[in-house]
Amino acid sequence: MARIVAGVATSHVPAIGAALDGGRADEPYWRPVFAGYEASKAWIAELKPDVVILVYNDHASAFSLEMIPTFAIGCAAQFAPADEGWGPRPVPTVIGHPELAWHIAQSTILDEFDMTIVNRMDVDHGLTVPLSLMFGQPEAWPCPVIPIAVNVVQYPPPTGHRCYTLGKAIRKAVESFAPDLKVVIFGTGGMSHQLQGPRAGLINRAFDTAFLDDLTADPAGLAAKPHIDYLREAGSEGIELVMWLVMRGALDDAVREVRRFYHVPASNTAVGHIILENIPPSEAEQQ
Amino acid sequence: MADYHDIPGTVVFDAEQSRLGYHLNMFCMSLMTAQNRAAFKADQAGYLARFPMTQAQRQSVLDRDWNQMIQLGGNIYFTSKIAATDGLSFQQIAAIMSGVSQPEYAQMMLDGGRSIEGVRSKSENARG
Repeated sequence: MARIVAGVATSHVPAIGAALDGGRADEPYWRPVFAGYEASKAWIAELKPDVVILVYNDHASAFSLEMIPTFAIGCAAQFAPADEGWGPRPVPTVIGHPELAWHIAQSTILDEFDMTIVNRMDVDHGLTVPLSLMFGQPEAWPCPVIPIAVNVVQYPPPTGHRCYTLGKAIRKAVESFAPDLKVVIFGTGGMSHQLQGPRAGLINRAFDTAFLDDLTADPAGLAAKPHIDYLREAGSEGIELVMWLVMRGALDDAVREVRRFYHVPASNTAVGHIILENIPPSEAEQQ
Repeated sequence: MADYHDIPGTVVFDAEQSRLGYHLNMFCMSLMTAQNRAAFKADQAGYLARFPMTQAQRQSVLDRDWNQMIQLGGNIYFTSKIAATDGLSFQQIAAIMSGVSQPEYAQMMLDGGRSIEGVRSKSENARG
């Protein structure tokens, strides 16, 4: 059967993609950001997932205000990088996994999550920057990717609790898929940042640190955090962090934190990154 | 009043803002193609007249009054497409919206970003 072995969370700041694409990764401003992901790249290269489920949000690229799905799953065979106003990022086309994606769609809908099924969707920096951070600049992405887009642009986004329980439903779906696949789930966006108005540039390190601590150790408690806390403490765009709870819900209650990185700034944003692993049964018995 | 109306310097893109700003944001969305960006640059007022926006919304775009666009229902992920058309970065318009020069803003970010202290709550600030 397929199984989710680990979760990765990371910010998806567009300027990071622009820096990498523009050959500026070695500049003093950007070097610490990319250095923070070196160990993570080695980790995932060794793990070699068969599929990545990537939870992210679209930023007025594939979805405008004409249609605003709260949860959408990409079931297509491939997804082209979106033109966000500067031309598409020069990164490989994202190859999907339609069989598993459709299976997850069916399973989660019957599990009472009303997913929107998407067969045509360009993917913007929200999806491609995390791939770049974890996989670098390959000719082709090393495995298929299933995009799960969450609305966090139009208020209200789904609650943290809803995201967390969706993660649990995704896990159930994956574990009922017969082929023996190793799956890693990504939650992306955040951390604290505000892009608009007189309060633009807000960063709240204390909030971000507590969020990372609770993500590992007290996810059910973290899932109860109301939207006002995100908006007030982490900024109007910091509410993207609810997407990390989808990833967390798909993992075991008790996990091993194998990597954490935090850096300010990347343009307007605090960059946060964490890797959590399920503890294999063989090791759990020994403990 | 919603609880988030108490946050200083922040407009949450809620149902009311989205309803007000629909045509403004859909104008921004039209700038996703190179052809439309060129048409907009060639005749800004004429291009804006194609969209059923309010005159105040059109004026805020012509003035590049980024905060006013947000007040009138614009969403930052949409209005930033105007910035991209102008060749401005997210950080450049963030500096303008927060009323400082771009170097000052960039330095604030290098120093750890804008502190949350004093910008949590209008009512708390009013109480001192």
